[in-house]
Amino acid sequence: MIRRLVPALALGAALLAAPPAPAAVGDPAERLRDPALEARAQAIGRELRCLVCQNQSIEDSDAPLARDLRRIVREQVAAGQSNAEVMRFVHDRYGDFVLLRPRLTAATALLWATPALALGGGALLILAMRRRQAAEAALAAPELSEAERARLRAAERDGERAA
Amino acid sequence: MIPELGHFALALALALSAAQAVFGLWGAQRGEARLMAAAPPLAAGVLLAVAVSLGCLMWSFAVNDTTVMNVVQNSHSAKPMLYKLTGTWGNHEGSLVLWVFILALCGGAVALFGRDLPSRLQARVLAVLGLVTVGFLAFTLGTSNPFERVWPPPLDGQGLNPILQDPGLAFHPPLLYLGYVGYAVTYAFAIAALIEGRVDAAWGRWVRPWALAAWAFLTLGIALGSWWAYYELGWGGYWFWDPVENASLLPWLAGAALLHSAIVVEKREALKTWTVFLALLAFGLSLLGTFLVRSGVLNSVHAFANDPDRGVFILLLMMAYVGGGFALFAWRAAAMAPTGVFAPLSREGGLVLNNLLLCSIAAVVLVGTLYPMFADLLLGQKISVGPPFFNMATFPLVVPLLAAMGVGPMLPWKRARLWPVLQRLWWAALGGMAALLLALALSGWRVLPALGFAAGAWLILAAATDIADRIALFSRPRAAWARARGLPRAAWGAAVAHAGVGVTILGLAGMGLAQEKLTLMRPGDAATLAGYTYRLEGVEDVTGPNWTARRATLTVTRDGREVTVLRPERRNFPVGRMVTTEASIHTNWLVDLYAVLGEERDGGAVVRLHHNPLAPWIWLGAAIMALGGGISLSDRRMRVSAPAAKLARGQAPA
Repeated sequence: MIRRLVPALALGAALLAAPPAPAAVGDPAERLRDPALEARAQAIGRELRCLVCQNQSIEDSDAPLARDLRRIVREQVAAGQSNAEVMRFVHDRYGDFVLLRPRLTAATALLWATPALALGGGALLILAMRRRQAAEAALAAPELSEAERARLRAAERDGERAA
Repeated sequence: MIPELGHFALALALALSAAQAVFGLWGAQRGEARLMAAAPPLAAGVLLAVAVSLGCLMWSFAVNDTTVMNVVQNSHSAKPMLYKLTGTWGNHEGSLVLWVFILALCGGAVALFGRDLPSRLQARVLAVLGLVTVGFLAFTLGTSNPFERVWPPPLDGQGLNPILQDPGLAFHPPLLYLGYVGYAVTYAFAIAALIEGRVDAAWGRWVRPWALAAWAFLTLGIALGSWWAYYELGWGGYWFWDPVENASLLPWLAGAALLHSAIVVEKREALKTWTVFLALLAFGLSLLGTFLVRSGVLNSVHAFANDPDRGVFILLLMMAYVGGGFALFAWRAAAMAPTGVFAPLSREGGLVLNNLLLCSIAAVVLVGTLYPMFADLLLGQKISVGPPFFNMATFPLVVPLLAAMGVGPMLPWKRARLWPVLQRLWWAALGGMAALLLALALSGWRVLPALGFAAGAWLILAAATDIADRIALFSRPRAAWARARGLPRAAWGAAVAHAGVGVTILGLAGMGLAQEKLTLMRPGDAATLAGYTYRLEGVEDVTGPNWTARRATLTVTRDGREVTVLRPERRNFPVGRMVTTEASIHTNWLVDLYAVLGEERDGGAVVRLHHNPLAPWIWLGAAIMALGGGISLSDRRMRVSAPAAKLARGQAPA
């Protein structure tokens, strides 16, 4: 299984990989005149993956495909489309792989649930450990009598006053 | 001849470390003092042999010995000497030798400074370190021989990737490896404790300095890498949630959890099994990072080796160390009964919350990094998990972490009441609120950066409150100085490190307000960004040791006064035929003025300008965190041997 798995992964990575791109300095001509529209286009662009690059958004890459996508996004924004409409336009053509923030689907439910699962699972684990520990402690240490408890409370009050 | 010597030294180190592993484990099991006593000198021998090997490899790079394959593939005679030397670990084979060298260094340190350890514990720790060394040396010699020869030798080497020829990056791998490998030592302590079935305060006192040192080095290594990305890649970005970056963040998160839970073991003898588990996890994640980077599963600047055989070997090593460790854990962990009980609301409780949140963040990063791979493999779906996901998914975990970080250190042990602590922190909370409102008003209601400013101010003020409280600065100011000097260094270290996190958060918040401008300029043209005016004086040719470049000169003025001159470059490396951009950055510590030169056309040049508020604070904060770790390390109780160990020795001769 593993012997088959690793070469397959390596091949997949090699097909996707491009050599580390030198910085995308960009071209002023491809930007929108209106700063508000350009800001929107950049915000959209940062959500979209340059499909031929290694983990770069289309705003960060100089690859021809990234340039094309940047142009498409700006054309759509300039044509008055909303952010959601532009995203849908690109998504319809390039599929899930283009989205850097995966959609919530059956396949990504586990991914999106990770924060809640980790927190909830961790909290349950802590509770279980405390239960076990409390049970062991109860076995080990006898209960305090009522008089002892009263003395403990008095001692704690004194301690707080002194602190 | 020299390369053969290096190769032989590596093989010798393999034999010595195997002996170290066997003598240590067997000696400790049988209680044979003479076998156990062999482990420290063997560790010293391994260190010597690996040092000789690394020296030989560096020598081959320094003299540009083109009969060595590794030199041919990664070096060139025209490279500056610094990069010839640091290029030794700028490739897969050489970086493994460095990895093993640092591992041997740690083994040597345990042998030298561990004389106060109970001898069985020391022998077992050294034996486990020996086992790890054996695995990595076998991997190096078997699949990645750095001394392989090539005949006939080519005239010259192929050069090192130019973007790696940089002082920041030259020292990024050693620092990072000091972190990764440091967790090998805490792992060895955890395994030794599992074999003995005993974890006590003395064990915690021994593990904590290693966890601290590894974490501090890892912090510096990650910060250096991030800083390098900021100034070298020319995107003005500092963290890309790249799988390889995530691979280094994972052990950092687990290590941060470990160094906090080790405090509880040491002070209160609670959370023992959990701390052992974290020690296994931190090293497991370090190995996972190594596996991800070297197996070809990922591909980026960092991925040196895209060779499936190596991937399988590393995967097997990882399964042996991590799987073996966790199997031992499952078998033996129940033997370590906790003794310290505590209420949920207490210092211990706060540290448990810290662990829960840090581990949850680590889980999100781990799942997010591996998810695309498994979705493709198991479901046949190609998806991407990028920065927008990580920012969104970690945010709800980071917020409570930062809020609790201010409160936790002020809670008393065992049982606490929240209200008195919150009363002492009210002005820190007030400062955070003031920062929030001020940032909202000044930034035009940008919520995220404003929240960052609030969190940063809160953390720094809360750390200051903690110290002021401990030295009674306001209630008894006259004795404050004496109390400050008497305060344990660990308390200072914690406050400094927490404030460092605050400084980093302020930097991140500032970068949330960054502005940029992309423009085509002709000589004499001026562009304005955030109140600064940039005038292009001209573009000229310059020549470096192994590159030629075009260099622009930009005069920056503000209100008519000259602030600085920026000289961004576009460098052309003939060896390897690569073009890189050298950003030019001027900082006054409050804002970075950042310029990148693009292509030239129509008699002008494309220039990208960035205005990055508080950018240097991101890495300054990381340096402060590492400093806090260092201060904590210098605490007296870290240097003095544990009382339990002394007691054991005192009784031994009788």
